[in-house]
Amino acid sequence: MMHTSRRGRLLALAAVATLALGVTAACTTGDDEKPAGDGGSAAAAEPVTIKVQTFGGGKNFGYKEAIDKWNASHKDIIIKEEHLTDQFEQVYWPQMIQWLQSGTGAGDVVGIDEGGMGLAKAHPEWWADLGEYGLKDRQANFAAWKWDGGMTSDGKLFGLGTDIGGMSLCYRRDLFEKAGLPADRDEVSKLWPTWDDFVKVGKEFQAKVKDTKFVDGTNTLYNVVLVQEGAKNGNVTYFDKDNNLIVDKNPAVKAAYDFAAKISQDGLTAKLRNFTDEWKTGMKKSQFATLGCPAWMLGVVSGDDAAGPDFKGKWDVAAVPGGGGNWGGSWLAVPKQSKHPKEAAAVLDYLTGQEGEVSVFNYAGNMPSNTLAQQDAAVQSATNEYFNNAPVGDIFAKSASSLQPIFLGIKHAQVKNAIESVVSAIDDGSVPYAQGWKKLVDDAVKAAG
Amino acid sequence: MSVNVDAGRASQAPIPPPRSRPRRSSGLGFLSWLDLKAAPYLLVSPYFLLFLVFGIFPLGFTLWYSLFKYDLTGTEEWTGLGNYTALLSDGAFWNAVVNTIGMFLIATVPQILLALLLANALNKRIRGRLLVRMGVLLPLVTSVVAVAVVFTQLYGRDWGLINWILELFGADPIDWKAQRIPSWIAISTMIDWRWTGYNSIIFLAGMQTIPKDLYEAASIDGASRRRQFWQITVPMLRPTMIFVVLNSTIGGLTLFAEPTTFFGGNVHGGTNSQFQTVSMFIVEQGFREFDYGYASGAAWLLFLMILVGSLVNFLLIRRIGGNK
Repeated sequence: MMHTSRRGRLLALAAVATLALGVTAACTTGDDEKPAGDGGSAAAAEPVTIKVQTFGGGKNFGYKEAIDKWNASHKDIIIKEEHLTDQFEQVYWPQMIQWLQSGTGAGDVVGIDEGGMGLAKAHPEWWADLGEYGLKDRQANFAAWKWDGGMTSDGKLFGLGTDIGGMSLCYRRDLFEKAGLPADRDEVSKLWPTWDDFVKVGKEFQAKVKDTKFVDGTNTLYNVVLVQEGAKNGNVTYFDKDNNLIVDKNPAVKAAYDFAAKISQDGLTAKLRNFTDEWKTGMKKSQFATLGCPAWMLGVVSGDDAAGPDFKGKWDVAAVPGGGGNWGGSWLAVPKQSKHPKEAAAVLDYLTGQEGEVSVFNYAGNMPSNTLAQQDAAVQSATNEYFNNAPVGDIFAKSASSLQPIFLGIKHAQVKNAIESVVSAIDDGSVPYAQGWKKLVDDAVKAAG
Repeated sequence: MSVNVDAGRASQAPIPPPRSRPRRSSGLGFLSWLDLKAAPYLLVSPYFLLFLVFGIFPLGFTLWYSLFKYDLTGTEEWTGLGNYTALLSDGAFWNAVVNTIGMFLIATVPQILLALLLANALNKRIRGRLLVRMGVLLPLVTSVVAVAVVFTQLYGRDWGLINWILELFGADPIDWKAQRIPSWIAISTMIDWRWTGYNSIIFLAGMQTIPKDLYEAASIDGASRRRQFWQITVPMLRPTMIFVVLNSTIGGLTLFAEPTTFFGGNVHGGTNSQFQTVSMFIVEQGFREFDYGYASGAAWLLFLMILVGSLVNFLLIRRIGGNK
């Protein structure tokens, strides 16, 4: 009795195990067959859909018109843009890393912010080699630093530049008039050659206008000052070129933090963290009058979910205090997991080409990194209707060739994320000003650790 | 656990007479063996297989990786209990623990009391009883994220309804996301809105099993309604109470969706992690900083925390009316 019962149990277990194996095996074969089915290159009639994954607020990568144009004239390759989220460090990049690491989920072409490029370079196994698809000859189109940014650590080409930062300051003409300040962009630019002047103007503004703050919050201008100061300190911010964390040693970080604390303590901030829903609502409700504006920010502001059509002509673009700077700018890359790398590379080639980048500039305002696009007459002479016909071509394109690349380390995105939480925390009062700097350094060390 | 026990019993129950029967052919023998011995195992196996794949395996895998320094940049080295000692001295982890327990208390205690009173009211003869009973359950069918999104707007600093009402009464607006206790309260109301009705329905079911003669005897003895509630209803509800409290403990300690949505999908839980829960801390460490080993260690500590929390609550609740 005992004996048979035990044997019965063993047999039953074996039966269960076989069943389990059968189920797993069934799943595996199912998965294996699928790619073989639609991965076959013979299917000529069926158009290939290339999924382009992007991030960012407002008009983000600005591909709408460029993609519509491509799809209207191409039968064999259809581009489909998938805009995932506004937030790069918090949402897009972590998700993308998981997809890249697990080998499934990523699109055929993916956008990568500068902050992610250090890590992307360090993982050549994630990317298709664009050199294999003839994109090596695009080198002449890009400044050396933008081109090198798209090379993996083992020297393969994996990404081409979309846009670059450039810097300006956006302001609300109507609110400046209300405060009795000049509204004309040249005169406004003359108001603030330095950041001290900017703060002075801010206090004047604040004295006259009560229900609107002068700036959005601490984060935007923190980043503007950081890249300006970074350019003065060897073009580094959080990491030195050997990937050592230098947050506590780099005077640029301290200067940017001190400025953020100052505008907050002076009561100039609306205490809104950039790229949040509240921040975008803040634009609709006129909660702030100025905004640090790299070229791509114009597309964010004019986007329907941010300031939107109601504020057309009310915003304008002036020079930024403290001289130029380079904040942001992205690359496009083709993940190795793409089943259509050749077609994806063709799409990438188009979107980063002269035609593609000029289209983006006209639609969203993102400054082309492609030098041919920068020199394109349509860019050089462009004005931005939304921003009261500001001569954005003149403002951004002229300075484009002289922009300094800021070196960003492998863990830049994580460190930036940790630091910006603290920079917001001193603004909303959850971290006292006196403890802010120490917490910033501690959290950065932890995030880099 | 209970399923396990049942399965064991089930396998022994059909101890068969067929031994006495002579075997006719091997094919039939196999069939009857399959029917009598293997079938019960096969029938219960889907649950156990799923549990193995999605329960036991991740548990073991997490435990294994919690012993490594394992991150995305490629390092994978043995640290033994290094992650655990680091966690126990990590202020951010303890901050998350305090937040989790704080929100658990603020959310659960009023919730259970409210659910109890609500159930008591629903247990009386009232008009449209079925409709009202269904009504309290209604919040449960809404999605957690939808609830959180709506509440997040209600608790908006600049344009939220609640601050607007506060201002009507001359109070200063509250920055619900920046200050610690207000943020806990805001999140607790989201939880309570969703779960109070659910718990009260369970209480109601428990109340309906209490024999009516107890109440009749009590009213003959002159006990007031209130006295009947505290001295009959509550003690008799003990088993239901234990279930509800354990359920709430597990739910409360693994809180994630509400506070994450409250901060725009950001797992940092406020600029200074004012309302970051342990679950959010785990996700932040694992999938934002990509420190998988550290996150695994934190997950195991959360598991222990839930075990201890459940045990403490179980012991506390068991004492209700126990000495009477």
